[in-house]
Amino acid sequence: MSLPENYLDYPARRYGMDHDRYDWSDMFARKPIAWPGGARVALSIVTHVQHFPLDMPAKPFKAPGALSMPYPDFRYFTNRDYGNRIGVFRILRLLAEKGLQTSFAVNGCIATRYPALLKAVVEGGHEVVAHGLDMGKVHHSGLSVDDEDAIIAETLRLLRGATGQPVEGWLSPGRAQGFNTPELLARNGIRWNLDWANDDLPYPMRTTEGPLLAMPLAYETDDRVVANEYFQSEPEWVQQVKDRFDVLYRESAEYGGRVMSLPLHSWVSGMPYRVEYLREVLDYILGHDGVWTAPVGQIAAAAESQV
Amino acid sequence: MGTEPMQSDLGLYDYLPWPGRPKITWPGGKKLAVWIAPNIEFYEYDPPNNPTRTPWGRPNPDVLQYSHRDYGNRAGWQRMMAAMDRAGFRGSVSLNVALCDHHPEIIRACADRGWEFFSHGIYNTRYVYNMTIDQEREIIRDAFDTVRKHTGQELAGWLSPALSNNLWTMDILAEAGIQYTCDMFHDDQPMPVKVRSGKLISMPYSLEMNDVIVYNSQKVTPRHYGEIIRRQFDQLYRESDESGMVMCIPLHPYLVGQPHRIDAFAEAIDYIAGHDGVWQATGREIAEAYHASGAYDAMTAAAARHAQGDR
Repeated sequence: MSLPENYLDYPARRYGMDHDRYDWSDMFARKPIAWPGGARVALSIVTHVQHFPLDMPAKPFKAPGALSMPYPDFRYFTNRDYGNRIGVFRILRLLAEKGLQTSFAVNGCIATRYPALLKAVVEGGHEVVAHGLDMGKVHHSGLSVDDEDAIIAETLRLLRGATGQPVEGWLSPGRAQGFNTPELLARNGIRWNLDWANDDLPYPMRTTEGPLLAMPLAYETDDRVVANEYFQSEPEWVQQVKDRFDVLYRESAEYGGRVMSLPLHSWVSGMPYRVEYLREVLDYILGHDGVWTAPVGQIAAAAESQV
Repeated sequence: MGTEPMQSDLGLYDYLPWPGRPKITWPGGKKLAVWIAPNIEFYEYDPPNNPTRTPWGRPNPDVLQYSHRDYGNRAGWQRMMAAMDRAGFRGSVSLNVALCDHHPEIIRACADRGWEFFSHGIYNTRYVYNMTIDQEREIIRDAFDTVRKHTGQELAGWLSPALSNNLWTMDILAEAGIQYTCDMFHDDQPMPVKVRSGKLISMPYSLEMNDVIVYNSQKVTPRHYGEIIRRQFDQLYRESDESGMVMCIPLHPYLVGQPHRIDAFAEAIDYIAGHDGVWQATGREIAEAYHASGAYDAMTAAAARHAQGDR
């Protein structure tokens, strides 16, 4: 085995990032962000609503949560689908009880498979975020520009048509992007995306098709990651979410507005034995003064002129 | 690598059991040397492949994993640094030296605090697997030059990028003037490494106190991490009544610097700093004290005696 000729060449070794997608910036040295009403923390709740096709491809990689048993995988196909039949409605009911308007990241195919689900989300006053076409359609650099553009356009056509909402936010299945994804999102009218896990605040990205905002979405306190990748218990999830909030809330006093993101999955937190832990988290966070709960799009709109 | 036959032992150190070793005394009569080693790293967006290890799990760009690591350089490092400042710990930075070019602001903040820089290769997405010995010498030269240029410091320590090594690595580190390596986990005390020329110390680093192992492999909770740091400390602190030991806490700001993790870590190092017998040191300081106190020579002699049958 030998190394490529250029293994000791570093063409992107220069000041700042090794790409032009965004500039480096120290989160603690930025101009403080002011949220509406003087809020300290914007609470961004994003519930994933997903369809895992029975024949989802394994290549080039599977999105997390993908079916993992031999075909036909009755076990996980139906377990994930539980989220669409029961789990999401359990979460919707809790959010309604708390009077919260939030975001739901929905696979485009849900619009045709389960219009009643989408209708309930919209009637609950929630914002729909495009979550790709389905969990088997991952975005990656092996896709041609035309093929990826077609997936994005079809996703948005379905969701915009079914909801009547502008649908300007995007979350890729598995938070996976190819080199061209941000350009294609911007070209299709997307104004912000949730895929990048490098910040606790919104920041501007650069695309050849116009601006795109990166909105924060916690990675390691995501309900699915904690339950299915870390195999930690519900009380341990609650503790970490509370600890996360506490630090962001504390920092907001000195550094300006923060975003507390709470990624949920209808097939994880929507389980009967888990949903009361979600209530505990919400009660804890909402028990603080200066928490502004809003759909991601409203948080993005408030941040846009400040970042 | 390549056509060389595999060998059954690293052959880099002699066996020397804990009981009966020469006593180590740290400066000022301190019991336990505690050092914190933040890995300040740069992972590339579109790195070349190495036949032995693919940098990312997904095809480039692996936006989720790339951005997760980038979190450390945008947000996590500040939280980590504030916690260390509060507890009075200077860092010994395990540095991907290209970060000097990418983020000089972070380098400056560390240098202003009197932190030490040691080398963790050029990028954490470039491995020494399949390199020729001259290619590997070239990254050592690059690391010395880059750190000197940006900080004025002369490198003393080395942690191979992503813990990738060749069997000759320790020889060429010592030949270049590196004083200590962090790549071996066989002891709680610094130990001589058998190299062809020069003097090289294996500095106790740690897999099990390392947040990347704790969080990405063992998948424990932040509060449990705080708990095991304290337990590790308590045990080593007691045992250091007999002879000085070393405790290291290796960190990654993209992990420990997350909002849900920072307080548990900060409280644990406050606890350590509250003990009088703790020497809050850097890697270089420990290596220098090890030589100055005669421990290097005493351990080398003890290991030779043991190998010759004085058991």
